Amino acid sequence: MDGGAMRRRALRIGLFFLALPLTGLTAIAWADDGGGVFEALFGRHKEVAPVHSDTYEEECGACHFAYPPGLLPRRSWARLMAPDALSDHFGDDAALDEPTRREIAAFLDAHAADDSGYKRSIKVRRSIPKDEAPLRITEVPYIRRKHADLDAARIQDNPKVKSLANCEACHRKAADAVYDDDTVSIPGFGRDW
Amino acid sequence: MRHRLRTTLVLIFLVAVPATALCADPAAVTELLDTYRKAGATDFDAAWAKDAWTKEFKADDGKMRSCITCHGSDLKKSGQHAKTGKVIDPMARSVNPERYTDTAKIEKWFKRNCEWAWGRLCTPQEKGSFLRFLKDT
Repeated sequence: MDGGAMRRRALRIGLFFLALPLTGLTAIAWADDGGGVFEALFGRHKEVAPVHSDTYEEECGACHFAYPPGLLPRRSWARLMAPDALSDHFGDDAALDEPTRREIAAFLDAHAADDSGYKRSIKVRRSIPKDEAPLRITEVPYIRRKHADLDAARIQDNPKVKSLANCEACHRKAADAVYDDDTVSIPGFGRDW
Repeated sequence: MRHRLRTTLVLIFLVAVPATALCADPAAVTELLDTYRKAGATDFDAAWAKDAWTKEFKADDGKMRSCITCHGSDLKKSGQHAKTGKVIDPMARSVNPERYTDTAKIEKWFKRNCEWAWGRLCTPQEKGSFLRFLKDT
């Protein structure tokens, strides 16, 4: 075999082994429905799981943003949704009939941060001490840290925002469970934050 | 000639049917007014309700509350939850035809909001008057 033929053969073998994992990764990426190779390989996703429940959105979403269940751990949702808890829900009466309460509690429990493979849920659960069950998403250390630099003019004193709990006032894709910086626009301040 | 008559009739039909649907009281309102009458209410008073809608009461937190605290002073525009800032869809049926079409929903919000704004439940008389006022907005 002359030198030229050997080089060509080596190139072919090299290309074959290069192509093999690429094909596999492409297949995974396709199968993952646009999520990306890394996410498919390690079961991790960006953002928070975009789950929906008509009952949750109707009953809870009437007064406040229907927060994705993946922003609190199971033990927090359990405290919030306990049978006696809703009649004094941060000072308001949010009592539900028993079948509705059970349905929403089950939905929140099923999609809580605990077992989630979504990035922000992982950060939420890792930031909360094991023996704590915060009742407010705004008290979760990870969420607090992310909003620590915002002044009152942008949040509390901003008539279109009023509260850090009003996610969708600034996070324009909050309803799709997307919270990245590119989607933030503060009423009256825009991208100035 | 006959042709023109038919066209006219079709046109009247096309205009009148949706107009009637919009002007007629929603079945849910009729049903609730009946329920309130059976509970002893009489002569529902839309003018009283219009005044009551903006009447302020002092809450436990020392602040004044009324219906317009959250629903805003223009029924055709969105309101805003006093605490969470969540946008509340307009109350006026003319811009939000979904309003006043579900008896359970109406009763649920009367209960919650009368307690929040006035610190007590509304009477059947008051609820009927509010419905009379709001259904024509």
